[in-house]
Amino acid sequence: MSTVRVLVGTRKGAFVLESDGKREKWDVSGPHFAGWELYHVKGSPVDPNRLYASQSSGWHGQQIQRSNDGGKNWEAVGNKFVYDGVPGTHQWYDGTAHPWEFKRVWHLEPSLHDPDTVYAGVEDAALFKTTDGGKEWEELSGLRKHGSGPHWQPGAGGMCLHTIVLDRGNPNRIYIAISAAGAFRTDDGGATWKPINCGLYSKYLPVPTAEVGHCVHRIAMHPSRPDVLYMQKHWDVMRSNDAGDSWHEISGNLPTDFGFVIDVHAHEPETIYVVPIKSDGEHFPLDGKLCVYRSRTGGNEWEPLTKGLPQSDCYVNVLRDAMAVDSLDSCGVYFGTTGGQVYASSNAGDSWNPIVRDLPAVLSVEVQTIA
Amino acid sequence: MIQVVLPAHLRTLARVAGDVELAVEGPVTQRSVLDALEARYPMLCGTLRDHVTLKRRPFVRFFACEQDLSHESPDALLPEAVAKGTEPFLIVGAIAGG
Repeated sequence: MSTVRVLVGTRKGAFVLESDGKREKWDVSGPHFAGWELYHVKGSPVDPNRLYASQSSGWHGQQIQRSNDGGKNWEAVGNKFVYDGVPGTHQWYDGTAHPWEFKRVWHLEPSLHDPDTVYAGVEDAALFKTTDGGKEWEELSGLRKHGSGPHWQPGAGGMCLHTIVLDRGNPNRIYIAISAAGAFRTDDGGATWKPINCGLYSKYLPVPTAEVGHCVHRIAMHPSRPDVLYMQKHWDVMRSNDAGDSWHEISGNLPTDFGFVIDVHAHEPETIYVVPIKSDGEHFPLDGKLCVYRSRTGGNEWEPLTKGLPQSDCYVNVLRDAMAVDSLDSCGVYFGTTGGQVYASSNAGDSWNPIVRDLPAVLSVEVQTIA
Repeated sequence: MIQVVLPAHLRTLARVAGDVELAVEGPVTQRSVLDALEARYPMLCGTLRDHVTLKRRPFVRFFACEQDLSHESPDALLPEAVAKGTEPFLIVGAIAGG
């Protein structure tokens, strides 16, 4: 029988939750790296026992941890993230020029083809790559040196590169997203990049349709249709059918289109999930009711999924990296909250159960389906 | 031998149970102690001082002999008692929380 492994990063450590294919009983291990912030933990699609974790603290900076046995044992690998050349400046909150400074790794994206190759999205926004299992990291500086770099500015959470989407059929194509610069794509393995923000409208910008400056929260793709992208922007849920060259809004009947997460069903490329959040000023669900919305039509038509989720007095948030799906026949959907719950659905969202409920605030959730 | 006391999170990271004893060649300074510490425990590189500039991280402090040495030159000699190993070199994480 298959095993499902859920990798949870929290404000105070990492946790590994495991279950069999029934997904009813869960073993919890952790906290790993207790007391440290674990922004992201993710496994290699090539070797599921190879895990990478981003461990950081305000006191002692960044660590990258690697496991070769599915999270039982870990070793610290390279943590030297140095920008290529003279980093220059980006815009600060007040519009002044501010030097590029490394702060932390937000997201680790292992290669689809090689367990030793991993991409790291960092704050201040840049993309790094290792090809030796995390020992050495090199910046793919064509992104940061895109001509618009000096005009990028941080969102409220910092100027972070938080989303990295790889294309299984085209190793040279990578999508990334930065708060608050927007989305970018490379078609040459990271040497050069183009902004892909046409169709986004952000009323907090002097030019709401600007080429860069949009606060993209998350991008999701189904591997079978790499040209179709779904985006949860600061406000607005968006879709692109042409690899990001253009976007159109698919918020449809959502009660609010602010949110952080977005993900795609493992077997149905037109089935997508979001968790609407009241507003950018109030980072909690509408009316204290935690609700996942599912569209089976690729957007615009959304249905609320509430069975098993708290429907009163719930004021948690679901952060951008905190939703994932498994690939069992009946697709499992998982998300974590800032209240420390990880909810799971083994029936594509029809009903939910908390598989653990008193962790530190959840920063990220990833899922491995192991045959 | 130089006695070094690490904060709890760095003891865990370095997988040491108690204080660290280091042999330091030449003058005993912040720089030579940290160089020796990082050579023994490479995972501590970047946790106390910046990888490139080697400046002390903002929330890290260095104490010894009831003195705050954090703002001393990294090449200033540490107190003789530290050099002799009779007093520890304390690496402290700044208090935060509230």
